[in-house]
Amino acid sequence: MSLLQRLTAPQPQAPGKGRLASVILLTILAAIAILVPLLNLTQAPGSALHVPTYLVSLLGKYLCFAMLALSIDLIWGFCGILSLGHGAFFALGGYAMGMYLMRQIGDRGVYGNAELPDFMVFLNWKELPWYWYGFDLFPFAMVMALFVPGLLAFVFGWLAFRSRVSGVYLSIITQAMTYALMLAFFRNDMGFGGNNGLTDFKDLLGFDLQADTTRAALLAATCIALGGCYLLCRAIVASKLGRLIAAIRDDEPRVRFLGYRVENFKLFVFVLSAMIAGLAGALYVPQVGIINPGEFAPANSIEAVIWVAIGGRGTLYGAIAGGVLVNYAKTVLTGLIPEIWLFALGAMFIAVTLFFPKGLVGSLPGAIDWLKAKAGARSAATPTRPLAKEAGE
Amino acid sequence: MPACRRSGRFRFGFLMVLFTAMALLAPIAVQAAEDLESLVAELGAAPLPKKDEVVQRMIATGAPEVVTILEALVERDLYTRKSDEKVVIGRKASGGLMLLDPVTGEELGVVGSRDVSRVTTNNSLRSSVKASMGALTLMSPDPQRRLEAADGLLKSSDQTMLPLLEQALAKEQDAAVLNALQLAEASIKLQSESAEVRLSGVQALSDRTDPESRVMLSRLLLKDGDVWREPDENVRGAAEETLASMESRLRMWRTVEHLYQGISLGSVLLLAAMGLAITFGVMGVINMAHGEMVMLGAYTTFVIQEGFRSAAPELFGWSLAVALPAAFLVSALVGVAMERGCIRFLYGRPLETLLATWGISLILQQTVRSIFGPTNREVGSPEWMQGAMESVAGITLTYNRLYIILFSFCVLCAVLLVLKKTAFGLQMRAVTQNREMARAMGIPTGRVDAMTFGLGSGIAGIAGVALSQIDNVSPNLGQAYIVDSFMVVVFGGVGNLWGAFAGAMSLGVVNKLLEPWAGAVLGKILVLVAIILFIQKRPRGLFALRGRAVES
Repeated sequence: MSLLQRLTAPQPQAPGKGRLASVILLTILAAIAILVPLLNLTQAPGSALHVPTYLVSLLGKYLCFAMLALSIDLIWGFCGILSLGHGAFFALGGYAMGMYLMRQIGDRGVYGNAELPDFMVFLNWKELPWYWYGFDLFPFAMVMALFVPGLLAFVFGWLAFRSRVSGVYLSIITQAMTYALMLAFFRNDMGFGGNNGLTDFKDLLGFDLQADTTRAALLAATCIALGGCYLLCRAIVASKLGRLIAAIRDDEPRVRFLGYRVENFKLFVFVLSAMIAGLAGALYVPQVGIINPGEFAPANSIEAVIWVAIGGRGTLYGAIAGGVLVNYAKTVLTGLIPEIWLFALGAMFIAVTLFFPKGLVGSLPGAIDWLKAKAGARSAATPTRPLAKEAGE
Repeated sequence: MPACRRSGRFRFGFLMVLFTAMALLAPIAVQAAEDLESLVAELGAAPLPKKDEVVQRMIATGAPEVVTILEALVERDLYTRKSDEKVVIGRKASGGLMLLDPVTGEELGVVGSRDVSRVTTNNSLRSSVKASMGALTLMSPDPQRRLEAADGLLKSSDQTMLPLLEQALAKEQDAAVLNALQLAEASIKLQSESAEVRLSGVQALSDRTDPESRVMLSRLLLKDGDVWREPDENVRGAAEETLASMESRLRMWRTVEHLYQGISLGSVLLLAAMGLAITFGVMGVINMAHGEMVMLGAYTTFVIQEGFRSAAPELFGWSLAVALPAAFLVSALVGVAMERGCIRFLYGRPLETLLATWGISLILQQTVRSIFGPTNREVGSPEWMQGAMESVAGITLTYNRLYIILFSFCVLCAVLLVLKKTAFGLQMRAVTQNREMARAMGIPTGRVDAMTFGLGSGIAGIAGVALSQIDNVSPNLGQAYIVDSFMVVVFGGVGNLWGAFAGAMSLGVVNKLLEPWAGAVLGKILVLVAIILFIQKRPRGLFALRGRAVES
């Protein structure tokens, strides 16, 4: 059996394996949540153990992307719906948080207007638009960060799944959806800051966003949220509901003939996934300090899909690993040779679809088995055919 | 410059007409000339305060020679010959003054400056003559001069000029001058004392739609405090009515303009989407790198044009003709390479294909960016594609868009011919309808796939040549059109060129018709939302293929 065949062969999912991976993942998340803030806050900047603040924020950003990847994996890996518009849900959640942070600036903006954000003063607006009401309250903003993406996903999914739009058609129209939203948010008169988006945030719940402690706390919060979402997704895919969802992915007409209302299940997963993406966006914005319509760009959503594909779809933890690893690679490569990043990303898209359809996580056991088998064959062959060993190396 | 050449030819034609008219009017001219002669003599003899009146009478004759005479008067070149008291024009020549007959223009020989005395003028006479000259130039043989005169009249709105203006109107042949004269006439009439004349002025404007005449009419409907500017109710009513009919005609013309823009946008979309529709139809895969094929075509045009510029600039007009097959070949080769190297391994996994082709598109984009740089590259248009057609009501239809419309229809016809009349087209349609059955019948589906991909990509390359004429050539060129071309394919239905055609045209036209009403961006958003909703109703597009294959 060649490596390629072994890698692509279906892997029976052992019940214990997911649990082991979950434990490892949650341990790592807990370690990050505790150790990184600790090393950042307690160690002196000169110390070897000190974690610089920019790294704390960078890590937080990666984990937010990982959460987006998790939401995509839930819908794509388990339900077979390839959404090329998940960036829209992410950005909507981010805008909800951004609106709260804008309202927190108060009269500390450039124009010193206590009621209106700077860009509205700049546009000569006299009063706050109605849809900005309530965003000065943190709980309301957080509910909106979940509710708005959820509502959009509900309306969109209800229309799409009911009329059985599926496959590439669905992918294309999700892309059109995020593209339309991008164009809309670029408009100044939408009331979301137009081209520049929302930025210049000052504080969150009264804590200064630039302070090390706030950043450390945000990282810890991201870890907790990611862990929670992971457990939620794990619980769903392990339940009977999860089996049904996987069955829809594998043979939708058959599930329908068995009497299940397929579109309702799909809608449920789609909305849940959108809400996780929205939460990821809401955590992302205070850590990077800006949200603008560029987040809606279709290219971003497609890029997020490749994180999942590279990590390994249908595994949840694979998506998280992919989200972190690909973004780490992006940071490193764009820092070293900026032109090479798009080449690398493109090559990743091609390589992962052609050679590693199961991603890193899915291919790992196969690769280990293959190496073991190879090693076994070699040790068996060594006494009689020493040349084979050299050839093997 | 073709525009100049065109107008030059036009001017020549006009002159021909003018000469013919002059030949026909010759007997009348003789009559006027006799009058003029006595007037000229009178001008020479009259005392200074009377001269102005004589000038006015000369102008009233409407003879073209008056211009020369008055110009001479203003330039102080008008003399009285001492020998016979004849008024003559003197031009400086070697050995004194060359005398000319003011009416006939005949040369009367060179005399010394003592043999003539200058016709006396003063500043006030000269300036009043200059003012009257504005009107006189209405009769000038040079259309440019006449146009200036008409514009001057429009500004001054001198009531006394009306009879002369009407004379000029009756004779005028040049369309642009006629237009300006009519406008001036109406303007003068509208400021007349008599309500009847004002009413006729309003009626004179009824066939027009230009902004000047609309301003004139709407001025009549203004109030200064409680007093109407226009006292007469009938005139106001007529003005209101005329204004309304103007607006409606203008709206119609604007709609025509938007339709034209919509069709031109639609044909661009058609070019970009045609290849996509074919590959999607035959192979069931979405080629996310399709936009990059368009970009490759545009860059091929750029390279070819650079070659022409450096090697044979005089043949530059032919560069597009060379670029078309070259762009087709380049994009088609890249397309075939893509299909053979990547997509065929992903057969039956459309979502993975989508991701892989996206990866290819990123690589192609970055390659082009590395080679040609991230900035816009300039692609020139051959002369025959520049310029614009201008029609009434200020609508401009640019030629390059017109050629693109024609071109996209040609490409559509060519592709239809390939599909319907060639063996390859037959095989392609067979594979589109039912792949398994086609294979069972001995059609080499793999080769058909590769050829289809090549054809689709080649058409995208051709689209790139067309797009290079109206858009910026940059590495992001393809990205700008990809979502729209997807929408066209999804809206029109896959694997069906007529679907792509209907989709592209309706998308383009609806987009442009919405634009003035909702703004460019909002219009586009509305179109996207409409398509997303439309897909719910017809998940397989406007022209869905029927058959077993599509049900799977």
